[in-house]
Amino acid sequence: MFTYILKRILYVIPIGLAVSLVCFSLVFLAPGDPLSAILPPDATTELIERLKADYGFDKPLPVQFGKWVLRAAQGDLGTSIATGRPVNSEIAKAISNTFMLAMFACGIGFSFGLVFGFVAGYVRNTWLDKVVTGIAVTGVSLPHYWLGMVMVIIFAVLLDWLPAMGAGAGGSDAWAWDWEHVRFLVLPAVTLSFIPMGIVTRTTRAVVAEILNQEFVQALRAKGMDSLGVFKHVVKNAAPTLLAVMGIQLGYLLGGSILVETVFSWPGTGFLLNTAIFQRDLPLLQGTILFLAMFFVVLNVLVDILQSIFDPRIRR
Amino acid sequence: MSLLDVQGLVKHFPIKSGLLNRQTATVRAVDGVSFAIAAGETLGVVGESGCGKSTTARLIMHLIEHDAGNIAFDGKTVGSQHMQLKELRRQMQMVFQDSYASLNPRLTIEESIAFGPQVHGLGRTEARARARDLLARVGLNPAQFIRRYPHELSGGQRQRVNIARALALEPKLVILDESVSALDKSVQAQVLNLLADLKQEFKLTYMFISHDLNVVQYISDRVMVMYLGRIAEIGPVGEIYSNPRHPYTRALLSAMPSVDPDDRTEAPPLTGDPPNPINPPSGCRFRTRCEHAEAVCKQKEPVLNMIGTGHSAACHMMNAGSGHSKIIPIAVAA
Amino acid sequence: MSAPLASAAAAVFTEPPPVVVSRGYWATVFARVLRDKVTVFCALVLICMLLMAIFAPWIAPKDPTATSMLKRLALIGSEGYLLGTDELGRDMLSRLIYGARLSLFIGIVPVINAFLIGTLLGVLAGFLGGRVNTVIMRTIDVFFAFPSVLLAIAISGALGAGIFNSIVSLTIVFIPPITRVAESVTTQVRGLDFVEAARASGANALTIIRVHILGNVLGPVFIYATSLMSVCMILASGLSFLGLGTKPPAAEWGLMLNTLRTAIYTNPWVAALPGVMIFTTSICFNMMSDGLRQAMDIKE
Repeated sequence: MFTYILKRILYVIPIGLAVSLVCFSLVFLAPGDPLSAILPPDATTELIERLKADYGFDKPLPVQFGKWVLRAAQGDLGTSIATGRPVNSEIAKAISNTFMLAMFACGIGFSFGLVFGFVAGYVRNTWLDKVVTGIAVTGVSLPHYWLGMVMVIIFAVLLDWLPAMGAGAGGSDAWAWDWEHVRFLVLPAVTLSFIPMGIVTRTTRAVVAEILNQEFVQALRAKGMDSLGVFKHVVKNAAPTLLAVMGIQLGYLLGGSILVETVFSWPGTGFLLNTAIFQRDLPLLQGTILFLAMFFVVLNVLVDILQSIFDPRIRR
Repeated sequence: MSLLDVQGLVKHFPIKSGLLNRQTATVRAVDGVSFAIAAGETLGVVGESGCGKSTTARLIMHLIEHDAGNIAFDGKTVGSQHMQLKELRRQMQMVFQDSYASLNPRLTIEESIAFGPQVHGLGRTEARARARDLLARVGLNPAQFIRRYPHELSGGQRQRVNIARALALEPKLVILDESVSALDKSVQAQVLNLLADLKQEFKLTYMFISHDLNVVQYISDRVMVMYLGRIAEIGPVGEIYSNPRHPYTRALLSAMPSVDPDDRTEAPPLTGDPPNPINPPSGCRFRTRCEHAEAVCKQKEPVLNMIGTGHSAACHMMNAGSGHSKIIPIAVAA
Repeated sequence: MSAPLASAAAAVFTEPPPVVVSRGYWATVFARVLRDKVTVFCALVLICMLLMAIFAPWIAPKDPTATSMLKRLALIGSEGYLLGTDELGRDMLSRLIYGARLSLFIGIVPVINAFLIGTLLGVLAGFLGGRVNTVIMRTIDVFFAFPSVLLAIAISGALGAGIFNSIVSLTIVFIPPITRVAESVTTQVRGLDFVEAARASGANALTIIRVHILGNVLGPVFIYATSLMSVCMILASGLSFLGLGTKPPAAEWGLMLNTLRTAIYTNPWVAALPGVMIFTTSICFNMMSDGLRQAMDIKE
């Protein structure tokens, strides 16, 4: 048990290094030499010199990478070319918005997904199951950026109930927990919740149906256990799988909300990425992606560890 | 000269665990096994699950590499220039326990049987003709079966196909690894009779692995009893069944069901599971379950000792100089 | 191959039993798919989409790039514009039809690429095991550390906009999951007795892979790949939506959504049309994949 957890935690180091290598390589994917890829077309000589020093372009690649990783490990992700501010402070501002959005979306998506999935798993192959499966497949097939637009059309343009974009009146980014601010969160969160809803529904349905088919459930029923008791056993057996799926979905939403954030001009990391791409602000791009990927890696490890606590068969 | 000669065969599987995936233990699956099979005979191999029967078979087939020891086929060491691996695999074939898993579900029966000969250079048409011919020999109407897929056949039919597939390469030795164990009793009898007929017809030599003592008694000329990766006793089938010498063999046979009330032996049956092959007991591996175990059994590992014509057992009680208090005098001089 | 028909007729009159010709695995799967109305419907929709893409110049009523400043953002059902016009007065119907070309192309090609590369890597890793497996699978693990959308955007963002670049980035995104599935199926199949039996008959690795492994691995991996097409459609159009895929004035559904975003206040339903196309294609791929999976799940 302890060895397994330690092993999983230590596994973060090689994966983290590899992830940093991928992020580091992004600069070299860009057309032209790396320096001009980072530099805006109207770069001043001063900026060129500063970047050269920052990146150590005169040194061999492994040295460049080593320096970059060491600085990243200390929380220094370089300086944004567009704003001139440190990348990590840009991320710090954006991440709380993204986190809030993802948490709300997951809350909505997971609740509906679990309820739908359990219902469908229990009444498999009935009309109700077909309806739920239909909803689930719709959820995973929806282009969520389009869903966002449709939401805006219906609830902002036609009905005028909710704001179409931003995270606060007049584009302010000071957040507060009141309806004036939360109403900005509703549409993007609902939009973003459809994918986890679909995936959690599908997984739950499959897992529940499989467990209900197993002999031990028949044995429980045969010995006279009531349906609530059986349900508890089903939940207990489904938990590790569902936990894993939900953990990964949360990670996906954190890293994958860029499209929805763009639609709603939500000032999160996705919006930051979008800005970075269009202003060709590579330090910002690299830094944001590194941060989100590392978060995802850590989240995965946490899910693994939690899962192993629920299900001892996993650690071997 | 024996067809197959196995000397000091060893296979240890490492078990890796811990933080750095270092090898922490070893499964001594096969630990110094020597025996021979004469051309034309059937050697039965019995033992509880995990005793190394199947591993021995796979080592002989070279499906897994052995760690130590020597395997000679027809007097030639396998892997040497006299006996290439591919040639060995033509002369030696194997039929597995799971009749379904041992046939590719995407291939027709005909394609499955013809695969081996095609590998060895036979043309497609000839290979398929041989497949049809062999199907008839194993008692399946070729016209009915060649285009069928494995899932459409019964277990007995599939095992006949597997036998035909093994015979398609015209081997000298066929290793039957629990080949009839998964079949119903009535079907089992039919397949056993088929095996006996085929042996006559194709002049085959069998190594017949099974945990079913009745079946082994029926088909074997000689029997080898294995326990935790070693040979406990080996000898002619009549000797082993009527005059078992190793306490393990006796215990095994006493557990054998019999319908004849006079036929029941008084020897105590085996209790408990065999010890873990990861850390087998020191000295004699059977001592933890043996009623005759003494200090010497813990200290010294018994060697296979000739106790009769072609009959050997690895027990200190069969070895006059071992120091065991209950030396059993050997009736027949070696 | 002429035997079945002849002997089926002869069987009625003659003594020897007829040659029993069983349907092969794929024929059985196909027959099962045909019985599933939803899957057939989805397949038909997808075929229509494909035909629409191929024959766009003949089907489309107007030139998809002809702008008209006077007829900008015409409503659905306006005179001469069945589905209205976009922000530059181009005929929406024609643009949607032409859009199928690029959208399907960038939605399908990456998965095909990834299917070829991923299957190769996965089968090698699964069949050879040992060090090869470790190297391939650990590398794959690194890419799993990125959420797929993020990875696609990261690579596209660094490479810059363009059709070729977005195909490259999406291919890279889909190789890891396909490799993982191919590896796990191969590992399972490799452990089965018929592969041992094939080795025991002296076949070399290449022959075993060709005859025994691929036949059993391609099916499940293919099904998995069809389910990825749905994701790929959404992601590919999403990249265009962000401006990382195709460039204007090309007709591509994701890009059309992007340029029409400004029109949601004036002509919302026309603005939403391209998304309907993406959604339809994506859901059809998903349902077809589910149907195929069920059809292939043949129990004894």
